[in-house]
Amino acid sequence: MPTDPDQLLLQMTASIVDGEPEDAERLAREALTLGLDPLDALNRGFVPGLDDVGRRFGTGELFLPDLVRAGAAMKLASQILEAELLRRGAVRRSAGVVVLGTVKGDIHDIGKNLVGTLLTANGFTVHDLGVDVPYETFAHKAVDVQADLVGVSALLTTTMVGQAKVIEALDKAGLRTRVKVLVGGAPVTREWAGQIGADGYSEDAGGAVVVAKQLLAGVAV
Amino acid sequence: MAIISVSDRKLSVNVLDEAAVRRLHTATLDVIESVGVRFPSERALAILAAHGATVDAATQIARIPGAVVEQALAQAPPTYTLAARDPALALPLDGRHSYLGTDGCGVEVLDAFTGERRRSTLQDVSDAARVADALDAIAFHWVPVSAQDCPPESRSLHELLATWRVSGKHVQTESIVTEREARAAVDMAAALVGGRAALRAEPVLSIMQCTLSPLGHDGGSLEAGLVAAEAGLPVGYMTMTSCASTGPATLAGSLIVGNAEVISALVLLQLAYPGCPVYYAAAQTAMDLRTGAYTGGGPEDYLFGAATNALADFYRVPLSMGAFATGAKEPGWQSGVDGAFSAFMAAATGADMLLGAGLLNGSRLLSYEALVMDAELWSLVRAVCGGISVDDEALALDAIRAVGPGGNFLAHKHTRRHMRSLWLPTLMDRRPYGAWEAQRDGAREWARAKAQSLLRDHRPAPLEARLDDELSALIAACEAEAVTA
Repeated sequence: MPTDPDQLLLQMTASIVDGEPEDAERLAREALTLGLDPLDALNRGFVPGLDDVGRRFGTGELFLPDLVRAGAAMKLASQILEAELLRRGAVRRSAGVVVLGTVKGDIHDIGKNLVGTLLTANGFTVHDLGVDVPYETFAHKAVDVQADLVGVSALLTTTMVGQAKVIEALDKAGLRTRVKVLVGGAPVTREWAGQIGADGYSEDAGGAVVVAKQLLAGVAV
Repeated sequence: MAIISVSDRKLSVNVLDEAAVRRLHTATLDVIESVGVRFPSERALAILAAHGATVDAATQIARIPGAVVEQALAQAPPTYTLAARDPALALPLDGRHSYLGTDGCGVEVLDAFTGERRRSTLQDVSDAARVADALDAIAFHWVPVSAQDCPPESRSLHELLATWRVSGKHVQTESIVTEREARAAVDMAAALVGGRAALRAEPVLSIMQCTLSPLGHDGGSLEAGLVAAEAGLPVGYMTMTSCASTGPATLAGSLIVGNAEVISALVLLQLAYPGCPVYYAAAQTAMDLRTGAYTGGGPEDYLFGAATNALADFYRVPLSMGAFATGAKEPGWQSGVDGAFSAFMAAATGADMLLGAGLLNGSRLLSYEALVMDAELWSLVRAVCGGISVDDEALALDAIRAVGPGGNFLAHKHTRRHMRSLWLPTLMDRRPYGAWEAQRDGAREWARAKAQSLLRDHRPAPLEARLDDELSALIAACEAEAVTA
């Protein structure tokens, strides 16, 4: 077991870059055992790995499965370190609170899960409602967790209309002014997103993270 | 009107030998028996359990013994005919023919006249079916785009009626995915041919359902399939596994996952209605490594097309195989390459039905230009699959002797006898350079002109008014049922 903190930080970075969730989990626990500051372990150990993976994905050197494995490793490490932060009364600033789900009548979830993983990896707090989610449930959850953003997935032309109904439900709950809505799914187009009054749309999971960040930064997309 | 099919192909492509097919089959049985497949339908689970499957009620996963799978599949008829409203356009699935259908189910259309991209409507379903009706290369219809201006609960039925109104060709739907809609569709098809018994004998409608990869089904699709199978309509289940996302990254692994989905669904139908006509359907691909997208196209598609046919042959059921899938955004080099290779591989291995002409952008965007171009590609594939004849007449020794060294064969009678069996393009540019330079047009412009002319002038005879009313009333009844449900 390495006792040199710098060495440990490098290994943390590598565990994300290599996409090894078990290593990331073990290293997060070691950091706490060795008395490292959890925030330091996150920001100087794991986050640089994620940044590196993101950069190399952007240049086309790494592929989506690399990104997902890195995300899975990041999730395990953050869970451990954030639990410790919480215990100490400190909170890591979230990039935003997101409620995510596949709309009622639809049980496709791979795209939605991918968006959830990538958002989590990028520092968002994600509440995944799963599949076949009633319209109102999105609104209820958004109230409960004080969501900044609601992501609604639909993979069927017949369930796409449910995205509009989720927006209506958010409107009814009086949330529409402070909660941004992101829609996606194979049949969904930018025009459809505009037509139903969604704030953001992306054709793929990587793009969804970019749009989410822009929306919460107040950038029009 | 005749239908251009690939018939009695003279060449074959083998991507999997017998031992490889058997390995895939054995591995698939292992997966179905030990891992299981999710059937989110109480009716389906009850049928499977009654025949020896182990059912986990909480997860809705059924584990079916291999022997049950094999015995059930052996009940499926190896050949049958897809009937058509126009009897001359019936399609025997006899292992000797490959037929091309349109693609589905897109959500946008490139307008044939303005080129504008817009959301699809019922009018587009009707227009596309009319163009497909006029193209000899198209043997049967899928619903190419979704009628998004119709209510979701009856949309599939409006699409079906719109297609029947303009075409006497066989219709295979991919959008009837609830038990309620399936019952209405069966009633509509029965009304069209004069009753349930007539429909069983002349299935003018076949039903395609999608699986939910990996290793799952959709409850509505299972129940709709059971309704159709009970009525004797041919039913197929299509896997769309995507290497590295909904299937393993290896082609063999994805074939096993998809095979488990498809045959487990066909087993369900055979257990419920032994001997009912079923078919294998597939459109596997490899995920785009950079975006995760399922667009179709690329070498994996082409290999899947040939390999899946080997599996369907092994199970002795017809195959409806995805082809022409492409991520191209407009008709051109990419869509041509994807269409040509995928259609060739599926046809050269003897796929019974090929889907589908006319869609771009991962089967989301209907292009009339692409539809006409795909039809020409099909005629090219057909010519290739015709192979080379080497009988006395084809050897042409008399003509060779008569012409001798030098000279030419232009005016020889042998040429006159055979020249019309040479392939003649309508969209490929073989003009002199100067002729092209004066016009600067090509396949896209010619395809567009043809589509525009068909849209203006091809007016098939309407359905008899009384029948049209009856079919509309059945849709209205189904809508009323949806409201009270």
